[in-house]
Amino acid sequence: MSPRPTASPLLDRLRTPRGVTGAVGALAIIVVAVIAPTVWGSAADTTSVADRLTGASLAHPFGTDELGRDVFARVMVATRVSVLLTLGATAISVIGGVLLGAVATVLPRPIRRLVTALIDILLSFPWLLMALFFSVIWGASATGAMLAVGFAGVPTFARLTYTLASSLVGRDYVKAARIAGVGQVEVLVKHVLPNMLPPMLVNAAVSASGTLLAFAGLSFLGLGVQAPEYDWGRLLGLGIARIYGNPMAAIGPGIALVVCGVIFTQLGELWNESSKRLLGLPAPVRRGPGVSVQPLAEPTAPEEPVVQVRDLRVAFPDRNGDLVERVHGISLTIMPGEVVGVVGESGSGKSVSAMAIAALLGPDSAVTASELSFRGIDMTAPLTNAERSRLGLELAMVFQDPLTSLNPSLSIGKQLRETVEVHEGLSKAASTKRAEEALESVRIPLAAKRLRQYPHELSGGMRQRAMIGMGLMGRPKLLIADEPTTALDVTVQRQVLRVLHEAQLRTGAAILLISHDIALVSGFCDRILVMKDGRIVESLDADRLHEARHPYTQGLIACVPDMTSDRTMPLPVIGALGALRQGQEPLVEGPDGERLTTTEGQRA
Amino acid sequence: MAIPSIASTDPAAGPGGPAVARRGDRGLLGGLSPRSSFILRRLGRLLVSLVIVVIATFLIVQLVPGDPVRAALGNSATPELVERTRADLGLDVPVPEQFVNYVSGLLRGDMGTAIGSQRSVSDTIAQRFPITLTLAVAAFLVAALGAFPIGVATAVSSRTGRHRLADLGISGLLGVLIAIPSLLFAVGLIAVFSIGLGVLPAAGWGSFQQAVLPVIALAVGPMAYLARLVHVEMLSVLEMPYMTTARSKRLPTHLVYLRHALPNMVTSTLTIGGIMLTGMVAGTVLIETVFAIPGLGTSIVSSITSKDYPMIQGVVLVYAMLVLGLNLLIDVALATIDPRSSITEG
Repeated sequence: MSPRPTASPLLDRLRTPRGVTGAVGALAIIVVAVIAPTVWGSAADTTSVADRLTGASLAHPFGTDELGRDVFARVMVATRVSVLLTLGATAISVIGGVLLGAVATVLPRPIRRLVTALIDILLSFPWLLMALFFSVIWGASATGAMLAVGFAGVPTFARLTYTLASSLVGRDYVKAARIAGVGQVEVLVKHVLPNMLPPMLVNAAVSASGTLLAFAGLSFLGLGVQAPEYDWGRLLGLGIARIYGNPMAAIGPGIALVVCGVIFTQLGELWNESSKRLLGLPAPVRRGPGVSVQPLAEPTAPEEPVVQVRDLRVAFPDRNGDLVERVHGISLTIMPGEVVGVVGESGSGKSVSAMAIAALLGPDSAVTASELSFRGIDMTAPLTNAERSRLGLELAMVFQDPLTSLNPSLSIGKQLRETVEVHEGLSKAASTKRAEEALESVRIPLAAKRLRQYPHELSGGMRQRAMIGMGLMGRPKLLIADEPTTALDVTVQRQVLRVLHEAQLRTGAAILLISHDIALVSGFCDRILVMKDGRIVESLDADRLHEARHPYTQGLIACVPDMTSDRTMPLPVIGALGALRQGQEPLVEGPDGERLTTTEGQRA
Repeated sequence: MAIPSIASTDPAAGPGGPAVARRGDRGLLGGLSPRSSFILRRLGRLLVSLVIVVIATFLIVQLVPGDPVRAALGNSATPELVERTRADLGLDVPVPEQFVNYVSGLLRGDMGTAIGSQRSVSDTIAQRFPITLTLAVAAFLVAALGAFPIGVATAVSSRTGRHRLADLGISGLLGVLIAIPSLLFAVGLIAVFSIGLGVLPAAGWGSFQQAVLPVIALAVGPMAYLARLVHVEMLSVLEMPYMTTARSKRLPTHLVYLRHALPNMVTSTLTIGGIMLTGMVAGTVLIETVFAIPGLGTSIVSSITSKDYPMIQGVVLVYAMLVLGLNLLIDVALATIDPRSSITEG
């Protein structure tokens, strides 16, 4: 995604540093390949007994060889042969691979599977080994080596072609062409192959640098270009033979190889660049200065709030590294045992706020607050070890997707046990016993067996209950549940909520339940906070929901269908300003009491 | 898990880098547990691959244009010598019979006699194979042991964004090391350490000092590549929700990384590591030639040059079997370490 789209995306990319080096480099290679034999040809071939085997000097930057020929000139002249052989071998790989891969896609199924299995087996052999095998057959010569290197690359491109073609064959326009009666081969030629061209070019350019070096390897081994012809690989071999006398004779061709290889790679990446940046390092953003506050009196004092938040602001760096505020100064208090719901649409900042309360936002976020404390622990300041242990035991989290929030590589048991093992120093036996109790309390039968299983062996609902059980391992005082039922189907949702409710009753922990579903939250919570655009717009007791003042809250409530909803009408939709539209009827009063018209709703 | 397309420029890795898509067969072995059917599929694949390798090495002699015996002995050899050698090599019988003889010879461990030295090919290989294996395994260990700490450390550091310059420097250095093929790296090492400083020998095999430069030359490129892979994988693992879960448990930092992050990147890293290891096996050919190490690599080059076909067949076969064996080892390791590999691999 380029910020300023221009007529040609390639031109746009040429302006990047990589684009400039790639283009200039490619031009340089072409120029040198064309003019080198004319400019340096005589120096490369003129023998001189007086200048035999000299080291590097101004006149001969890379020294001279055993016949007194200038090695630098020979390196320059060798550009043409090296590049042409590389391009030839790459062309063989691409053409052969595309043919094999394309043919494989149109073959009948059993033969197709045989061919793809064969391609995969060939792929498991290193390329150099394949090239050696082929060069036995075609003999030690430039053409033989080109064929060998080229054929060794065929399986790679055949696999690429097959994969690309198979994915394209599934596309709608190809299916449409099929249905329209276009033959299989014609579909392949007209619809599939042209669309494979861009990824093919990228891979060909990138693999050309590998081919260049492989070719150099073969020539170096004496299996490629033969005397009196020479390419960089052969010059390298000759240089290594007398590396003690003149290291530059070996290093010179080596430099040429690396430079040329890097340019090929740059060209390949040039096509690839804009979509994905490799290893993009995030912009350097320091954690904002957390405003330290006086610790609250006594953390265990009765009726001290579990969570106290005043003027919490959270900002993240955007693409250019500028901080963008996403939560604009919210304040809230959670009392012990209280069940608080936060509702709002995605992007309203509810999850970010919850993560900030738990001090779990990534290092690039900037969190500020005039107060942000969990049971007397200042969450904006660096935590002491004792505070970390308390947090580990007292503050539990449940996330949206239990499949990804449980670690797939660790058994359920290990994940449950580790909190108390680390923070309470419990033995394995003791922690296992407690883990079994925790699983039983979240209604997971056969707890001992489940503890030995891995997350992928459990059902979705069971995973989420195990996640809740994990929060019950310590002595939870607050359980933050971020959309705990969104990824589950409806019957499982009720089960999970019931387990959550039971856990609350038994442990007396407060719960902060985050959801976009006001119906779910109102049935579960004591108090509801409505968030929109990074602000809390309304705070209500759950049983006084109908007294909601803010139009957005009213809209949320009205969106919940019940048994009396008119099923002939479209479901209501909330406009961007919080205005509600149902069908064509203006239903809701704006903030100033004026009635919103349909057109205003639509304009919004 | 997405493996970013880091362009590999090591000749041993081949064009397009080690982007190997693997597909297994489904259905046939449906009744078995996922893990045993996974291993069975891989064993079946190994068997098919072995058959292909044996046929391919047998075909070398058949596919050479012209008369292989004449080519091996040169134009000056008398017709009698050519015919006698042909009979010695067993090439005077019909092709199907040659194949049967070839396979039964292999089963007895007999790979024939080298044309040049008149020594048993099996003996020569038995003598040289340990050297090549030592070189490849030592280089792999150096690469793997170096790559993990570097990759993990740079990922963790670049995520906090505190040492941005150092991160960029290391990332750039890794990029350069990936771009330099082992062959050239070997030349550079010799220039600096053997010629410049004179501290390490540039050729031969047998002592620890002689092994240092070849092992480093073979290991550095793959190490840089693997370190970058570990870096990328680590960054993506650190973004996973289960890492937030681990952090929400307020575990000590080393537990968060070692217990929760590392096991989740083993599968992809091991898969690529396996491909790299086989690449390094082939890379020994170049490194042995540069450092004049009497392993399999130097013998395959000299036998190709002298057209010593029995020797070529034997060495190619051993190299191929080594590659297949390593692939199987990696597969078994994957199935053992990662509880999901048998499932994600379809």
